[in-house]
Amino acid sequence: MAAAGELLRRRMAGFAAALREHGFAVGLRESADALAVIAAAGLRGRLVLRAGLRALFASRQADWRLFDDLFDAYWLGRHLRAGVRITPPLPQRQGSRSFAAAEAGEDGGDGPILRSERRPDDGTGEGDDAAPGRHERGGAAASERLGRTDFRHVADPAEQERLAALVARLAARMRARLTRRQEIARGGPRIDLRRTLHRSVGRGGVPVDLVRRRRRPKPLKLVVLLDASGSMGPYTAVFVRFIHGVLSGFRQAAAFLFHTRLADITEALQDREPQRALDRLSLIAEGVGGGTRIGDCLATFNRWHAARALNSRSAVIIVSDGYDTGEAPRLGREMAALRRRCRRIAWLNPMMGWRDYAPVAAGMRAALPHLDLFAPAHDLESLEALEPYLARL
Amino acid sequence: MAERDTIAQRLAAAAYVADRDLATALWLMDLLGRPLLLEGAAGVGKTAVAGALARVHDARLIRLQCYEGLDQNAALYEWNYQRQILALKAREAAGGDPDAIETAIFSEAYLLERPLLAAIRDPGPVVLLIDEVDRADEEFEAFLLELLAEFQVTIPELGTITARAVPRVVLTSNGTRELSDALRRRCLYHYVDFPDIDREAAILKTRLPGIDAALALQVARFVAEIRKEDLRKVPGVAETLDFAAALLGVGITEIRQDAGALHDLLSTLLKTREDHAGIDAAVVDRLAHKVA
Repeated sequence: MAAAGELLRRRMAGFAAALREHGFAVGLRESADALAVIAAAGLRGRLVLRAGLRALFASRQADWRLFDDLFDAYWLGRHLRAGVRITPPLPQRQGSRSFAAAEAGEDGGDGPILRSERRPDDGTGEGDDAAPGRHERGGAAASERLGRTDFRHVADPAEQERLAALVARLAARMRARLTRRQEIARGGPRIDLRRTLHRSVGRGGVPVDLVRRRRRPKPLKLVVLLDASGSMGPYTAVFVRFIHGVLSGFRQAAAFLFHTRLADITEALQDREPQRALDRLSLIAEGVGGGTRIGDCLATFNRWHAARALNSRSAVIIVSDGYDTGEAPRLGREMAALRRRCRRIAWLNPMMGWRDYAPVAAGMRAALPHLDLFAPAHDLESLEALEPYLARL
Repeated sequence: MAERDTIAQRLAAAAYVADRDLATALWLMDLLGRPLLLEGAAGVGKTAVAGALARVHDARLIRLQCYEGLDQNAALYEWNYQRQILALKAREAAGGDPDAIETAIFSEAYLLERPLLAAIRDPGPVVLLIDEVDRADEEFEAFLLELLAEFQVTIPELGTITARAVPRVVLTSNGTRELSDALRRRCLYHYVDFPDIDREAAILKTRLPGIDAALALQVARFVAEIRKEDLRKVPGVAETLDFAAALLGVGITEIRQDAGALHDLLSTLLKTREDHAGIDAAVVDRLAHKVA
């Protein structure tokens, strides 16, 4: 009997480990409680046991859906449906792969030559004037030079590393400023009578300290929809890093990835380590190459996620080149629906940085009327230029 | 499971038609002494679970509705400042002893009990419903965690108050904000889905005794079909009940009887302009024939 108990305990520990592997938050206490459940259910009915353990172990809707499969697989030896497993990190670094692909592609002859050297000065450029002659690495000059380099043309691994660091720093700065603005936007004209009386008790009933009531600033919510289709390939890794940096400190934020389907990547991006977050994403991002169905993905978002992810103080940022293989009118309709649910929609299009770009793609044209901001996002400067806009939301 | 089936039966007696999984979760609440977190779309009967649970255990239901900006003063306790000041002034005029005045104004008589303190101090069985916990701030969630762990409150002027009987706690969430893992881990979890057709018909019969069994089934099927349409706001059980009540009100006993009236009554089910535009009279007619 004792041996049987021991065996059960060990099997249970194995089950807890299997659940943990699939992202369930299972602690020692849950395992102990599970044994209590098993003892009370007396192993009489599998369905009772399964329902009981599910109530105990699951803690969100996704867990709830996955649990029965895991339970059957572990205790009954049934095989998991293919594709249920979520976690295995890929050893290959998505970033390097994408950049390498870009390098081999379109602008083949350019190599690591920096875009700013070829482009005529457009107003602000001390970086430009300094850049052509210099080739030493590091320091302010290098980062300025990098600031105007189209993300597609950064190929050297060392350069990529620095670009990543720059993006992370910029994202952190943006986050910090946005947060500070929320905090100092205080002060209110109305007196809170109840609190004032509370304070006055300590002064013998004389209201010396007036307590004022301010409007509670609603925290800004940020939702990012990132296009991960093949045509965006060269940019995806940079934007994932950028979004990771901005979101990791935002209290209310959500991020979604789309190509032919929409995937919620909020949780993956909450990983503090950017490389690990990237690795977790690389699996989700697979399936690239079948075109982009922006309209369908937006429809999915509107139907299933919008109510939860958006409120009246939400900003939606869509990062996409606007090449939609779905029908353009549908994209327009879904954009209009999205428009009604949030405060601002910004569309960042990396291709706007190209010299002769015009938004002629049918999808892009359908989306344009619903945008508050249509901006380029192909280099660090264009990302930096967004910051004041985001701060005003 | 005897206890579990008893709970299901007693829930039914308390006019709540539960599925078996929910009965299991409620049974586990008692076994493990943990709170139960209910998630699900709006209007699927999450709040009703707490009411039914209170009736099952013959307990007092104490409800804390969460909202943005909810703080300890509104959730736990507060001193009745106005009365304290009145007392101060009155005793000052009478020339009382300052220490005695202080003791007097920080006594039970001046304490305003809010839901959480009420749940802890109640000597009898209590079901504490913390409704829409996702609407409260994260700080409040942290405070709640502490309270759910210990079931005791320290009021500096009065001392520590410990719960005499640990309340049964039901939390509900609509998912407007992601709850912290810490809170999720402390709770049992049950996802409340839209009921299947038989259960929804059973709910209709329980809540609207006047309804005919055949019509209840038709309504349940009709609503199940409506939920399959592409809607912005999917109707919940509460809406189904309104719809069925409205049908009874206009004297419809057979769902195909009057397509025009049926369409007019859709305002009980569909709550946005787009949804109304999407489900026109022809669609209603088609669905009505499909389910009858």
